[in-house]
Amino acid sequence: MIIEIVSWAAVGLILVTSTVMLIIHDWRINLGALALQYVAAFWLVTRHLPFVMGSTKLITGWMVVAALGMTRLSLSSEEDDTEPSSLLRGGWFRIILMCIVALVTAGVTTRIEAIIPGLGLPVIAGGILLIGAGVVHLGVTSEILRVIIGLLTLLTGFEILYAAVESSTLVAGLLSVISLGLGLAGSYLLLAGTSPPELENEL
Amino acid sequence: MSAPILWIAIPFISGFIILSFLRERISPLIAGSVALILALTALIIPIDTALLLGSVSIKISPSIQFFGRSFTLTTADGTILALIYGLSAIWFFGTEASGTANRFVSLGLMIVALLTASIAVEPFLFAALLLEMAAMLVIPLLVPPYQKPGRGVVRFLIYQTLAMPFILFSGWMLAGVEASPGDINTTIQAGTMLGLGFAFLLGVFPLYNWIPMLTEESPPYVVGFLLWAFPTFTVIFGLGFLDRYTWLRTSPQLSGAIQIAGLFMVASGGIFAALQKHVGRMMGYAAIAETGLLMLAMGLQSSEMLNVTFLLIIPRGLELCVWALALSIIKPKVTSLKFNDVQGIARSYPFAVTAIILAHLSMTGFPLLAGFPPRLALWQEIAGQSLSISFWIFLGMLGLILAATRTLAVFVMANENKIWQRNESWTQLIMLGLGVIGLFTLGLFPQILQQFLVNLPALFNHLGQ
Repeated sequence: MIIEIVSWAAVGLILVTSTVMLIIHDWRINLGALALQYVAAFWLVTRHLPFVMGSTKLITGWMVVAALGMTRLSLSSEEDDTEPSSLLRGGWFRIILMCIVALVTAGVTTRIEAIIPGLGLPVIAGGILLIGAGVVHLGVTSEILRVIIGLLTLLTGFEILYAAVESSTLVAGLLSVISLGLGLAGSYLLLAGTSPPELENEL
Repeated sequence: MSAPILWIAIPFISGFIILSFLRERISPLIAGSVALILALTALIIPIDTALLLGSVSIKISPSIQFFGRSFTLTTADGTILALIYGLSAIWFFGTEASGTANRFVSLGLMIVALLTASIAVEPFLFAALLLEMAAMLVIPLLVPPYQKPGRGVVRFLIYQTLAMPFILFSGWMLAGVEASPGDINTTIQAGTMLGLGFAFLLGVFPLYNWIPMLTEESPPYVVGFLLWAFPTFTVIFGLGFLDRYTWLRTSPQLSGAIQIAGLFMVASGGIFAALQKHVGRMMGYAAIAETGLLMLAMGLQSSEMLNVTFLLIIPRGLELCVWALALSIIKPKVTSLKFNDVQGIARSYPFAVTAIILAHLSMTGFPLLAGFPPRLALWQEIAGQSLSISFWIFLGMLGLILAATRTLAVFVMANENKIWQRNESWTQLIMLGLGVIGLFTLGLFPQILQQFLVNLPALFNHLGQ
């Protein structure tokens, strides 16, 4: 019973963090929310995978957050506010989008549970919510950091669902490598263009 | 020694060593040599067969266990390994001539190793994960450190990442379809997910908008390599799905869907190419049309399906290599690859321009060039099935020919007083010359590919049997 409550709390945390990431443009808050999101995902993944494998995903997720955070920190303050006025401008639209995602999730969760019994309602809800939030994220932004956050969110949702049907160590490892790779690719893309061409020759 | 160590671990580690320790000038030579040696090894030494060299017995074992899953390369994979590493060697040897940065050969070798792992991993649907990892390694190649990333690279990353969940889930659902083949709903869901996954991976119409963007904003040689390597391995991966699942192989609906998607790509690729005013984007659209032809070949309901598909794959590598190399030679000398900026450049870079036109014509299926025999074979098969499909292929190819004619006209449109001169270096001349000779050789003597094609049906248990 307690486990079930904690699982639903994790789903609630996912809803809050993904909404925060969608409507707030401060990269520090976004990455903090992403780190929290990985905690919730860790809990849901460990419903079907051993604790050690789940913790691998958590650690990888935090490593990605750290890599993105350090990269963003190293960029000049001029690049801090690329979309200064859009914080409130699209806020309500994004909240409505998240409401739609939440409604769709509520609608399909029980149906998926009927098709694939044994997954668990919180696991399905958490996974679908993250996939939906990731898709919405990718749909409303072209900023590199936010695109990477959207892809990581989507991938985390997929990992939660896939962990319930495939418990292979190789798959878990490769998915972690992909998450890490996405974070590093994102860091590279953020840094690209910040060094002058002359430096390229020295590198 | 096991085959996966030889053809996956060794090139991957070699790539890492080249990236970390070797100098710019020798790295293309080393990487090309590694790829060439691996290709020759695959061609000469059969996997899982003992060879006696004097008193020494050599046997390459076919598989290796890794985290509880096996990576297997059998004797039948030898041909495909030889092709992949042979074509990779051509790309790597051409790096210096193209002026592409050192990391292309090192990361390129690692990418080819990962893509090879994708055909070796068991269960084969895990290949989607390895394809995604390879896609992420391409990112540093597509965006030089001093250049702001464009929209194309971001879309490429998004589409390749979206493909993976679709394919992995569809693979899991297909197992359910096998268990209860009468369940129409699950079958439709699995088929749709699989289709979406491959649509993202291959860049099927209209999901290919990142290709012309990349050809415009990224180094042409890297994009050419990407447009060769990824669709090639995706097609092999797709053929694996068709081979594994009987209902996919025998479904006329799926075959029709693949052909329609291919048709859209050929027709739209050709028509859009004819409308372009940027030589790089033209290469992108030509590659899209070529991928469409590959899909049309995969959708053939005939025993020739495998032969035609692989007959298309082999010249594609050479055509794109020659085209991308020639563009790389021209690009640093002009403001951009738009028509306005490359007008009359044939008088300054006659050999590079000739190579571009010949590679372009080869992709249209021009007689005597490498692209002609596979298109003829495909057209012959398609015409037997549907004349309307043949017409749309003709339209696509006509668009590509128009594009080639426009490009040629722009390249030679120079002031009469401008003198003809050669600005290509000797290395560039030799590489372009070898490439063009290769295009003519494959066009005039397509039977030299027969020794590769004859072994290909053994790669798959059911297809082409």
